[in-house]
Amino acid sequence: MGVFINKDTKVIVQGITGSTALFHTKQMLEYGTKIVGGVTPKKGGTEVEGVPVFNTVQEAVDQTSATASVVYVPAPFAADAIMEAVDAELDLVICITEHIPVIDMVKVKRYMEGKKTRLVGPNCPGVITADECKIGIMPGYIHKKGHIGVVSRSGTLTYEAVHQLTQAGIGQTTAVGIGGDPVNGTDFIDALQAFQDDPETYAVVMIGEIGGTAEEEAAQFVKDHMDKPVVGFIGGRTAPPGKRMGHAGAIISGGKGTAEEKIAVMNECGIEVAETPSVIGETLIKVIQEKGLYDKCKTH
Amino acid sequence: MNIHEYQSKEMLRSYGVAVPNGKVAFTVDEAVEAAKELDSGVTVVKAQIHAGGRGKAGGVKIAKSEEEVRTYADEILGKQLVTHQTGPEGTKVKRLLIEEGCDIQKEYYIGIVLDRATSRITMMASEEGGTEIEEVAAETPEKIFKEVIDPVVGLMPYQARRLAFQINIPNEMLNKAVKFMMALYQAFVEKDCSIAEINPLVTTGDGEVLALDAKLNFDDNALFRQKDIQQLRDLDEEDPKEIEASKYDLSYIALDGNIGCMVNGAGLAMATMDIIKHYGGDPANFLDVGGGATAEKVTEAFKIILSDSNVKGILVNIFGGIMKCDVIAEGVVAATKEVGLEIPLVVRLEGTNVEQGKQILNESGLDIQASESLAEAAQKIVELVK
Repeated sequence: MGVFINKDTKVIVQGITGSTALFHTKQMLEYGTKIVGGVTPKKGGTEVEGVPVFNTVQEAVDQTSATASVVYVPAPFAADAIMEAVDAELDLVICITEHIPVIDMVKVKRYMEGKKTRLVGPNCPGVITADECKIGIMPGYIHKKGHIGVVSRSGTLTYEAVHQLTQAGIGQTTAVGIGGDPVNGTDFIDALQAFQDDPETYAVVMIGEIGGTAEEEAAQFVKDHMDKPVVGFIGGRTAPPGKRMGHAGAIISGGKGTAEEKIAVMNECGIEVAETPSVIGETLIKVIQEKGLYDKCKTH
Repeated sequence: MNIHEYQSKEMLRSYGVAVPNGKVAFTVDEAVEAAKELDSGVTVVKAQIHAGGRGKAGGVKIAKSEEEVRTYADEILGKQLVTHQTGPEGTKVKRLLIEEGCDIQKEYYIGIVLDRATSRITMMASEEGGTEIEEVAAETPEKIFKEVIDPVVGLMPYQARRLAFQINIPNEMLNKAVKFMMALYQAFVEKDCSIAEINPLVTTGDGEVLALDAKLNFDDNALFRQKDIQQLRDLDEEDPKEIEASKYDLSYIALDGNIGCMVNGAGLAMATMDIIKHYGGDPANFLDVGGGATAEKVTEAFKIILSDSNVKGILVNIFGGIMKCDVIAEGVVAATKEVGLEIPLVVRLEGTNVEQGKQILNESGLDIQASESLAEAAQKIVELVK
């Protein structure tokens, strides 16, 4: 099970002939992901890694019945690539590309209104349902099948959390990287709702960072709509105000979006927040022990 | 990216946004010459630095004669201006804006930002001009009005009118205010701004609606298609280490501590700073080497960290996804050999190609402390720099 993707998800890779896309296509295939096609304009009719390449997303979908795409297209062309996938009525588009101009994403979000496609990202590591399907750039081997959902604004912090869980024998259902940009597709609440609805997921780890108010809104959602335990971590306690900390969305502006504020709201809403990034796993384990879920979550 | 007020005003003028006449001056003589040309009776001498709060810090003076322009220009140029945004050391003033004075009737506020909750561009307006908008938001939030803009049609005249009425722009100047807002929005989207702030917007005795101050920030991710804005970058306003880092697409921010950090991924880089602090240390920087780093980029990152004389130890924390651990390891080894490392170095590698990475470090013969976990690595480096 898991959320958004599973062993039956058929995936096309947009921008498949680029070097990063090629490396990760190989890694995804090795993980067992059903990569059924790729798209690079003017390279249609060729093949890479045994995968047929098409000129357009529509052609790829018509020929392969793909339902999901992953976008590695460079930033200046990425918004166009996402919209092409939305136009082809894919269920899911995962955009790995970072540095997409904000105004482009504002247009993408507007374009997607009323359409069926779910967007994850941009500027994200992707989505992985352990042992079933990996779409993105995360290292597959750190994931282990189990019952914890993970949702995060940060790629490498997700790996950190997943690694700690796996080391402790606590597997995961799906890890969703929602990305570090101020305008993104799937948000914390979408992912939390999906985990709440997924019978295989028993508890959730939510990893946020400074900037915006997405964590506060998500915390309120957890309080109002979830009965599964959620633990959290917020990066950037030591970040100076007014500086963009790498991610376009990670900035404390006008005194708003600090880690302290977010942690306070999360605590108020019943979310235990890990003190440091190295105890995210421990914190989750403590909470599932308290809730009597540990034995059900322990995978070996 | 930030630009100076005079640059913002020139850009806005080209879009039809009303701004006072003015000229930039780099010397006292240029300032006096500019005042002569303006011939406006009252002249404003404004320090051009990127930080806000210039007026309160003595960086804005009103001159009533050429002699006063000379006196003020001489006083402000070269001055280390300390505002609440510059930090205690201040910023040296190297440019002045010489501007015609105007007969201010009332001050307002107009701003455009991205509203993250709606994923839309939003225009904000307030009657409380001249004070910082954060202050207004905290004390009298009911005095801030907002219009969320649909990117398909852009800001509509009815929205601009609504804002103008809400902030009580007099009827006889309403059309000018609407035109001002429409032009400002046009500039915002065409130039890929991330913030546009007109504070204050003023109405004048002769019926004009003018941007008395103008602050434009630009989306760094869109600079590839805004070549003219790239030209406006003022390197004097940036930390030299941050300039060097930007040449190699490294995301680097200088901080006050003594533990240099090199991390992949912005979230993990922030969390690494946090955990150093948690164990009683102080990070010297934020540095995200990014996803597509090469050994060369890692070498440059290392050099930048070491160019900070406060740095007494380095923590490298890499969780390889898109970034491969062996690439990082090669970079670390190459950099260490090139620059000669005399301070403690703790390296924690995990993720894609981790075994190859560890092997490269082990076989390098260098004095590198390897750590298995982030907590252990952080504790180790904090201990070593004590």
